[in-house]
Amino acid sequence: MSVTPLDAAGVAMPAQGTSLWTSARRRLMRNRAAMGGLIVLIIIAALAILAPYISAHAMDDISWEDIGAPPDWANGYYFGTDSNGRDLFARTLYGARVSLMVGVLASIVSLVIGVTYGAVAGYLGGAVDNVMMRIVDILYSLPFMFFVILLTVFFGRNIFLIFVAIGAVEWLDMARIVRGQTMALKHREFIEAAHAFGASSPAIVRRHIIPNILGPVMVFVTLTVPKVILLESFLSFLGLGVQEPMTSWGVLISDGARDMETAPWSLLFPATFLAVTLFSLNFLGDGLRDALDPKDR
Amino acid sequence: MTVSQEQPGWKTGNQTPLLVVDQLVTRFATPDGSVSAVNGVSFHVNKGETIGIVGESGSGKSQVLMSIMGLLPHNGTSTGSVKFDDREILGMSREQLNKIRGTRMAMIFQDPMTALNPYLTVGQQLTEVLTFHQGTNPAMAREQAREVLEQVHIPEPGKRLDMYPHELSGGMRQRVMIAMGMLCRPDLLIADEPTTALDVTIQAEILDLLAEQQAVTGTSIILVTHDLGVVAGLCDRVMVMYGGRIVEQGPVRDIFYDPQHPYTRALLLSMPRLDDDLSGDLPTIAGQPPNLAQMPPGCAFAPRCAFVSEQCRQAVPPLREIAPGRAKACTLDRLVA
Repeated sequence: MSVTPLDAAGVAMPAQGTSLWTSARRRLMRNRAAMGGLIVLIIIAALAILAPYISAHAMDDISWEDIGAPPDWANGYYFGTDSNGRDLFARTLYGARVSLMVGVLASIVSLVIGVTYGAVAGYLGGAVDNVMMRIVDILYSLPFMFFVILLTVFFGRNIFLIFVAIGAVEWLDMARIVRGQTMALKHREFIEAAHAFGASSPAIVRRHIIPNILGPVMVFVTLTVPKVILLESFLSFLGLGVQEPMTSWGVLISDGARDMETAPWSLLFPATFLAVTLFSLNFLGDGLRDALDPKDR
Repeated sequence: MTVSQEQPGWKTGNQTPLLVVDQLVTRFATPDGSVSAVNGVSFHVNKGETIGIVGESGSGKSQVLMSIMGLLPHNGTSTGSVKFDDREILGMSREQLNKIRGTRMAMIFQDPMTALNPYLTVGQQLTEVLTFHQGTNPAMAREQAREVLEQVHIPEPGKRLDMYPHELSGGMRQRVMIAMGMLCRPDLLIADEPTTALDVTIQAEILDLLAEQQAVTGTSIILVTHDLGVVAGLCDRVMVMYGGRIVEQGPVRDIFYDPQHPYTRALLLSMPRLDDDLSGDLPTIAGQPPNLAQMPPGCAFAPRCAFVSEQCRQAVPPLREIAPGRAKACTLDRLVA
């Protein structure tokens, strides 16, 4: 073609084909709520990474003069102190490290394993599907707490054990959802057409099935991240999660809930961070789902 | 005389047929027992020829295609023989079949709305076929895809490549499907009711396009439809199917002007004509198509046939030659229209 196509603004567009991802990114950029959510998440992540440089006090420094002190900008306790006299600002940011890491890593683990496993089971069907889904059923019936306690007994308390434990449990839901979606898709005509054009099974799963199930998968991931963060705080609350003086939002919130009558800020700040993070994740997930649907352009 | 093998009289010239189907039986295992959708179908397709398969819903016409393409669902099995270019393809492994499907044998589906992946652009779907089968590099594949879109008369083909299927109209999408089918220049194009989901004016365009593509590339076409008008316009030979069997076959003119099977005749009569007196009701075929799980012992059409005799109900009448290139499965000697 000799004429370069022009868009509405008269700007020359590249003649290259737009992939699903390029056009999805463009659509995502136009979604204000999603971009807002993304920016907030980036800010929180940046704060967590830069925590030692921006907080005035170390997160495990105990100040005997300032036990349960309210927020005060003058002495650097921006969020006040906890019942042990430690800087809540620093602790909230350090907690963000653990919570975000657990949330993101465990979700990615569950996403990768769950989508692959579910798509393969749903696509192959028959006996393979039966065996694969019975394995999922068996893992489902394994009591989660028992599993975590077993892991901690054998390997000691370790943050990576939490990833393993949560990831090992969360992918089961994902696998079931993906399997169901795949089975519904499998009999659609375009999958049959792909067969008729001689595409191999791995190519069909990769090119035709997975892009078509990204919508529900994306929504489920945004639900998984908060769930995982809360699960971690539950484990920490029981003393199976992160070890003092390290902390997470879950630990801070459970401590804060204990002290909320005398020191409401110790609940308010970590809870606000958690809530804002979850909100942002939901907006971003919603935006991603819309962006990945070509019909929504 | 029973027609179960290839008849010499059918061959136009002395070329070997591209596709030979012999005694194809396709059965499905269902919870209610085994159901046979195709009961011993034999036919051949010559190079550059267009064959029509006509029949109402449930006559097994689509299952013949699916058996040929190896696209039967898990509970379906085929026996008999399907030879493509002198190679047995029935029961071929998927890997081997995948080398033939898409390159030498392509299929066009009934509903272009659902036969294209909604999440991939037209260009991605077209180039996929090329890169997969021929290892064409992406830029070349894109250029070839653009060319083939131009061949099927899609305006602004370069722009359409970047569109998603939902941005195109039904007729446009069927053109894309045909383009996809023609992309690797197959020897055999199988079209499963390619015009059923389209409105009448678009139907004519799509049929013209198929005829045009055939004239250019010399591909053979198997056209499955329940629309007799489609067959009349495009096909060289026609097979009429009923209850999983071929009940009549022959050159398209003979079938239309001198139907010899009561079912073919009833089918033709129930088709409205422009010069018909439209004051009365359209003639219909009384009764229901046979239940494939409980086939009558005799002719499948016997319960609905106006010329039924006791003989019809006892044994399935064999497909017998009644004239060179014509065969029917009926006990009647001559049906006078």
